[in-house]
Amino acid sequence: MNDTGPVTILQANDLRKAYGRIQAVDGLSFAVQKGECFGLLGPNGAGKTTTIQMLYGYTPRDSGELRLFDLDIDRDIRTIKRRIGICQQEDSLDPDLSVRLNLVGYARYFSISRAEAARRADELLKFFALEGRADDNVRILSGGLKRRLMLARALVNRPDLLILDEPTTGLDPQSRQLLWERLAELKEQGLTILLTTHYMEEAARLCDRLVIVDHGHILVEGNPAALVRERVGHSVLEIAEPDDAVRAFLQAEQCKVEDLGKRLLVHLDDGDDLFLRLTREVRAEGCTLRPASLEDLFLKLTGRELRE
Amino acid sequence: MNWPSPSRFSFRVFRVWQRNFEIYRQNWKISFLPPLVEPMLYILAFGLGLAVMVGEIPLGERLVPYTTFIAPALVSVAIMYNSFFETTYNSFVRMYYQKTFDALLATPLNLEEIILGEILWAATKSVIAATLMGVVISLFGLFEFPGALLLVPLAVLGGLLFASIGMICTALVPGIEMFNLPIFLGITPMFLFSGTFFPLQNLPGWAQGVAQLLPLTHLVALVRGCALQLWSGWYWLSLLYLAVAVAILLPLAIALMVRRIIH
Ligand SMILES: Nc1ncnc2c1ncn2[C@@H]1O[C@H](COP(=O)(O)OP(=O)(O)O)[C@@H](O)[C@H]1O
Ligand SMILES: [Mg+2]
Repeated sequence: MNDTGPVTILQANDLRKAYGRIQAVDGLSFAVQKGECFGLLGPNGAGKTTTIQMLYGYTPRDSGELRLFDLDIDRDIRTIKRRIGICQQEDSLDPDLSVRLNLVGYARYFSISRAEAARRADELLKFFALEGRADDNVRILSGGLKRRLMLARALVNRPDLLILDEPTTGLDPQSRQLLWERLAELKEQGLTILLTTHYMEEAARLCDRLVIVDHGHILVEGNPAALVRERVGHSVLEIAEPDDAVRAFLQAEQCKVEDLGKRLLVHLDDGDDLFLRLTREVRAEGCTLRPASLEDLFLKLTGRELRE
Repeated sequence: MNWPSPSRFSFRVFRVWQRNFEIYRQNWKISFLPPLVEPMLYILAFGLGLAVMVGEIPLGERLVPYTTFIAPALVSVAIMYNSFFETTYNSFVRMYYQKTFDALLATPLNLEEIILGEILWAATKSVIAATLMGVVISLFGLFEFPGALLLVPLAVLGGLLFASIGMICTALVPGIEMFNLPIFLGITPMFLFSGTFFPLQNLPGWAQGVAQLLPLTHLVALVRGCALQLWSGWYWLSLLYLAVAVAILLPLAIALMVRRIIH
């Protein structure tokens, strides 16, 4: 696609940040290439938001290097901030302004002229199906509409890098689907996207590459589908209420078994041969075979205990 | 904590001011009412009810009616209230509940500019209030011109000062309900004891000394001096007090806010 090879949009080297004794970000390094959607996956408290906040100077780093567009963030933060669009995790819309004025007003901080801002606002309202609500106060918008507006606002300066912190958390399926469609469209248009999420479906659908982060450091990096194949396998056999016969069978087959007590998970690398024999020879009920997913990988790497 | 460096500031400060101004303009009809109506209420109440009992107040070499005595104080108090309440409750809501500063930080603005913009806006509110009140009071014939025109720059100075004091409170309070503390410990005593409703000379000597430390005392003295055209050398000292206080407290407010938000 690109003759000159990949262009690095964002380069993070060994980022660190501690809050008291909590090491929120603990030696994070990653790079985002032009035109890709890069995912930062991790459970709650993994350090995703802290990392994002470093990118716009909200959270100072304890150490580490951060370059965007080949500019150093400490020296050229204004130039950098002009070229990025940020959709924060928490709603930060202006409740004193209408939907439309939220966009137009925000454009002013980027020194975009009033006429141009109005043009872009119309365009974005249309893109996110918000035209009908343009004059509504944002206070009365639903969560899904607010998110769309947050995303629209992050695009008002026509950024070269769009940064999204958990863009669909707490949304209903309809809103989520719409956002995913729009993000895919933006990616299609060549926009570079950095996304944090703990929705595996979101990451699998949008991200070209991702890192899984926990306790502030990276556990694994790569293309989602390839990672799943490498680390989890081809498919997963789930067995509900396993009895001794099932356990004995799996032991004899020397399977990789994850024992959750009431449920067994067996990661399979090849075909459905084992599944067929299990259901034919031992028992069929409660056994399901499904493709391995990013969620399997995520849980395998970050464990199953509850966070926060 | 770091003292803000001048290199941190740019024209973008004005963008923050503009945001607040635009929202103010949306409901200007309501915002304009208090400064227009309040002085009338006070003047009616004090002029009709109290002035007859109090008689005339000695001011410099003159004796002035009680209503004339308090009219400049009303403007001074409005200058204090408008900026102080803007940078306390309103700024706190924007910072904490509305995440407005968070949103602005994702643009080319930096936090120092955001805070300065807030303070400038608060001072602007003081100027608007002082001007509107000044007009109403002048219609009652209680101010003298051209001296009263100096109320505008004084409102700028006083507005900056009380906006900075308010912003310092915002940087220090853990929650919005805590603003009660600086209000009943600082703002309310100042409202009563800064030579506003009675001459400072009526206080015992030690209390007069304490009153001289209060910023509102100096603002009231200057506003009264200008509005009634009573010139005295002491006013230079009051002016110096206010200017020095702004020069120290405004950067301090910015530094404390940066410390509060960025960590
Ligand atoms: N301002 C803060 N003060 C203290 N601790 C914080 C602060 N912000 C985040 N943390 C802690 O740092 C860790 C990482 O948080 P965060 O970056 O928000 O994670 P994520 O976005 O992945 O859920 C958490 O343990 C969180 O409690
Ligand atoms: Mg987060």
